[in-house]
Amino acid sequence: MIAEATIRLPFVLFFSAVLFAAGVYGVLARRNAVLVLMSIELMLNAVNLNLVAFAARLGDLAGQVFALFVITVAAAEVGIGLAIVILIYRNRETINVDEVNLLKW
Amino acid sequence: MIRFAWLVPALPLVAFFLIVFFGKRTPGKGAPIGIAAVFAAFVLSLLVLSHVAGGGEPVERSLPFFQAGRLELEVGTRVDGLAAVMMVVVTLVSLAVQVYSVGYMHGDRRYTWYFAALSLFTGSMLNLVVASNLFQLLVGWELVGICSYLLIGHWWEEKENSNAAIKAFITTKTGDVPFLFGIFVLWLAAGTANIGEITELVEHGEIAAGTLTVAALLLFGGAIGKSAQFPLHVWLPDAMAGPTPVSALIHAATMVAAGVYLAARLFAVFAASATALSFVGAIGVVTMLIAAVLALVQDDIKRVLAYSTVSQLAYMMAGLGLGEPGFTPSQFHLFTHAWFKALLFLAAGSVIHAVHTNDMRAMGGLRRQMPVTFWTFLVGSAALAGIFPLAGFWSKDEIIAAAWHSGHDLIFVGALATAALTALYMTRAVLLTFFGEYRGEAHPHESPRVMTWPLLLLAALSVGAGFLNASAFGVHTFAEWVHVGPEAHVEPFSWALAAVSLLAAGAGVAAGVALYGRYRERDPLRAAGPLYTFVERKYFLDDLYLKGIVRPTAYTVAAAVNWTNQYILDGLVNAAGWVARRVARLVDRLDRRVVDGAVNGVAFTTNVSGGLLRYIQTGNVQRYAVFLFVGVAVLAILITRVA
Repeated sequence: MIAEATIRLPFVLFFSAVLFAAGVYGVLARRNAVLVLMSIELMLNAVNLNLVAFAARLGDLAGQVFALFVITVAAAEVGIGLAIVILIYRNRETINVDEVNLLKW
Repeated sequence: MIRFAWLVPALPLVAFFLIVFFGKRTPGKGAPIGIAAVFAAFVLSLLVLSHVAGGGEPVERSLPFFQAGRLELEVGTRVDGLAAVMMVVVTLVSLAVQVYSVGYMHGDRRYTWYFAALSLFTGSMLNLVVASNLFQLLVGWELVGICSYLLIGHWWEEKENSNAAIKAFITTKTGDVPFLFGIFVLWLAAGTANIGEITELVEHGEIAAGTLTVAALLLFGGAIGKSAQFPLHVWLPDAMAGPTPVSALIHAATMVAAGVYLAARLFAVFAASATALSFVGAIGVVTMLIAAVLALVQDDIKRVLAYSTVSQLAYMMAGLGLGEPGFTPSQFHLFTHAWFKALLFLAAGSVIHAVHTNDMRAMGGLRRQMPVTFWTFLVGSAALAGIFPLAGFWSKDEIIAAAWHSGHDLIFVGALATAALTALYMTRAVLLTFFGEYRGEAHPHESPRVMTWPLLLLAALSVGAGFLNASAFGVHTFAEWVHVGPEAHVEPFSWALAAVSLLAAGAGVAAGVALYGRYRERDPLRAAGPLYTFVERKYFLDDLYLKGIVRPTAYTVAAAVNWTNQYILDGLVNAAGWVARRVARLVDRLDRRVVDGAVNGVAFTTNVSGGLLRYIQTGNVQRYAVFLFVGVAVLAILITRVA
């Protein structure tokens, strides 16, 4: 591995942290369910970025394999998540998460 | 077959439990159960007797029951000729009485219980008869006493009857105390309670003569109580308060014979002591005479028979008092007496059933209305009086002959006098009851067949049973069944002695006819004046017992019991009540403050914390997510810092 040709790890980790924070913000603050799902996607990709960065740094392919699994699971998660959003929309004519409060006491 | 001898007492005992638990729900209200059981027991007894008659040796079969220190208890059966004969007597009389009772007790208040008690009595008596050891015998002995108490007091609603039951129980118990100690003495001396082993030890002279005398006299105390001998004979006449069939079974044929049977069963013990034998003979002579005289002055037909029973039991006792020569005759008299005395009681019961009174002054002339009862009663009376050739003649003559041959003049004279008196009072009873004109208020009628058939059966036995040992014709069947020693002891028959005893009986009958042939308002014997009063008041024995023993004891005991009650028992009860109140107050306080406080506190805490916590549950998923992320962040910081 040629050290000069690679991006240095702290940059990647910082970028990843920013990306994750953006995702957290999106999940916590957005009212639109589709945007919440997209924010989850952001957080997952931030994690993927970390995994790949450490894999490259440590020369261990396991991290990359892990990232591939996460992408697969994320695809499935988005599929189910969007299906749920569609069903909520059909039933309640809204996808605003604040209004989806049937479980409230 | 003799292996199944234990079934003979077991069957009626099982019947007792069946009747008690299921009797009321079965057809016949329990009577058929008792009758079937006793019939089966009777058949078995006959089979056992056939074994003995076939020359079988005494058979003993015992199982260890338990051991406590030196005391080894066993249960078992010991069947010899005497026991086998007794088993047949008990089962057959019980069978006749139970069948008879179906008619006599019809519609009784406690019909089912009555039959249960009869079965219990029969089983207990049979247990007494077959018992292989003294302690098992004692169990049967006490159980028959209890049954006697229960059945005498069967109609306990009337105070008189329950008093009679208590009197019978306490009087016999007075004899049972020495009896118990007699068993202890014998057991301590012999080291075993087994009757066969005791007999063997005594015959080999391994027990000191003095000890044997003490044991025999103590045991005889029990026999005096149970067999109603002087001076404890006072309970038997009062026991007539019970239903008449009960009198026939218990107070004529079986239970009262238990004393005689006991003396015969342990004859080796008595025979080894001349003192004990003389005592038995003396009690026998005294009792037979005073009871026969008492029977003369009774107006109650059952009391006549009761005193007659006392007198005849004394005959058997006197026979035993003769020693070995009197053994077989006395047991033969026990055997024949059972039939005709049961017959007389049942016939008397039939009369009482018809005229609703026991008083012979309100009877008379019943021979026309009640022919079967009359003829059977006449047969029974003749057998009891010892008229040739009925059963009583043979057995009574044997005792008289044995007394003559063994030179016991006192017993000989007493027996002859009693024979004459017996004939006299039975003639009186027959004449007052069945002859002359009817003097009562009721409308007498013959009893139903269920009552007359047992009478006919017993009448046949009263005629025929004597021929089992008719020595005049060379028949010694009974002597071969029942004897002491290896060989039957047979006295040569003496026509002269038979003539003397017949003469005595004839004199009695003649005197009876002369005195009572024509009914008189006033009993001709009253002419005897103060002597009559003396006899009528039962020699003042009852008064002596009541005023001299019962009342002082009862008052002292009652006063002591009262004091204990007032001061000790009441004090204990009150103290217990006071303590209980205090404890209760304490517990109440604890309950209200601590327990209730804890329960309410839990509820209150839950309520408040729930009220506070519910504000967190907004239902807003994003807010939950905030908590989640904050929590994860805190955890992450903590873990990285600590690690």
